[in-house]
Amino acid sequence: MAYSEKVIDHYENPRNVGALDTKAANVGTGMVGAPACGDVMRLQIQVNDQGIIEDAKFKTYGCGSAIASSSLLTEWVKGKTLDEAAQIKNIEIAEELALPPVKIHCSVLAEDAIKAAIHDLKQKQQQS
Amino acid sequence: MKLPIYLDYSATTPVDERVAQKMMECLTIDGNFGNPASRSHLFGWKAEEAVEQARRQVADLIGADPREIVWTSGATESNNLAIKGVAHFNARKGKHIITSKIEHKAVLDTCRQLEREGFEVTYLDPTPEGLILPQQVADALREDTTIVSIMHVNNEIGTINDIAAIGAICRAKGVMFHVDAAQSTGKVAINMAELPVDLLSMSAHKTYGPKGVGALFVGRKPRVRLEAQMHGGGHERGMRSGTLPTHQIVGMGEAFRIAGEEMQDEQARILKLRTRLLDGVSDMEQVFVNGSLEHRVAGNLNISFAFVEGESLIMALKDLAISSGSACTSASLEPSYVLRALGLSDELAHSSLRFSFGRYTTEADVDHAIAQVRRAVEKLRELSPLWDMYKEGIDLNSVQWAAH
Repeated sequence: MAYSEKVIDHYENPRNVGALDTKAANVGTGMVGAPACGDVMRLQIQVNDQGIIEDAKFKTYGCGSAIASSSLLTEWVKGKTLDEAAQIKNIEIAEELALPPVKIHCSVLAEDAIKAAIHDLKQKQQQS
Repeated sequence: MKLPIYLDYSATTPVDERVAQKMMECLTIDGNFGNPASRSHLFGWKAEEAVEQARRQVADLIGADPREIVWTSGATESNNLAIKGVAHFNARKGKHIITSKIEHKAVLDTCRQLEREGFEVTYLDPTPEGLILPQQVADALREDTTIVSIMHVNNEIGTINDIAAIGAICRAKGVMFHVDAAQSTGKVAINMAELPVDLLSMSAHKTYGPKGVGALFVGRKPRVRLEAQMHGGGHERGMRSGTLPTHQIVGMGEAFRIAGEEMQDEQARILKLRTRLLDGVSDMEQVFVNGSLEHRVAGNLNISFAFVEGESLIMALKDLAISSGSACTSASLEPSYVLRALGLSDELAHSSLRFSFGRYTTEADVDHAIAQVRRAVEKLRELSPLWDMYKEGIDLNSVQWAAH
């Protein structure tokens, strides 16, 4: 299968790889996918006092397209509010990376990941 | 060293130069281009002579009588002809077939088709080592079983089945035994004069011959009877009609002649290369060889690197031409059915690579492969949330995953 240049670029130079402190009150963690399905994404966001996402980190087990989708997502969410980040659609990721039809599920997973991270963060904020 | 390095000899092999030379002599006006079935002139006679010499060369490699060799278009056709041919011919005697879950698709899909026609098929589970035990076949045999089809060497994991013992069980019950030997010719010694095997499928292109030609051994003692699947001019004693492609057949003959002469030394050399690769990565954490190492052809190494997904691994191994059991490298999104039949978790199946070595693999190739694999696995594990969890001591099986 041939990959688009953008997928290869993100795969070879993934942005924002790493981890944030899961326990911190201003960090939300989303873990989606399953090892059995061949992809697991962990996406973390950190918000500042104004509710703007100031940092994002990811780690992904999966194919090149899954890695590229999550890498791209970390770039996109930085500087956005939670509501803005929640608006990101999988189709935008798929278009940006020129994913072939069999790889669309990678972009779906990325959308799920940011939603899960936002959900986690909001739950934490409600509890505190 | 030529890049990328070809380490996918189980998929296909390059045609040996000596083979290509012989093939080129059978094509043009100055060459041996005649129709081997033409009986009225020299062109036909010469072509027939070349075809019969190739038939002897193929027969010689497997210790058979040349009259037991039927030309086909490849192992897929041989498997179809053997299984459908015998099942159809004996349909009045019985409609039960035994095979295994780790056969090549050419056998499995043929069996599926026979099921649609009303036959019943038993699919045997391999052991975790990837072997089919003779006792399993004995236990599955029934009064109405007409054919058993078990592969000699598995294409994904290279494991070698004990076809002598399985065949003995079948013969004692008067049941036909077919063996798919596409992956074993030129790698494992085969002597049909002694093996209780009735039908044996062979391919040229896995043994440094051309694609598009193969053969089916059809035993004479005891005599195997089968229904033709391709009808026409009655070539190959009515078992497979169609003009014989002289150049392809001559290529297969020459390839099998070379295999017979060089097999022993070649396999010893290839085994050293495989051992070198395995030694080069086995000190890494969480690396598993899939299938028995003991009962395995020299040229295969199927190995899982846990917590790293196979397709992304292949993407990182740009200099290597290899295959993966990962779903993402196939259209089906399912990981390798062979590895799953061994009882591997989906996740380890997704993390597998198949290296297969051959005639033109060098030590330098293997060393380069080792360096690339180590670097890629380390890089991808740094990227893997599963690796983090493993390092934190979390049992991945205890996690509730959101399957999608």
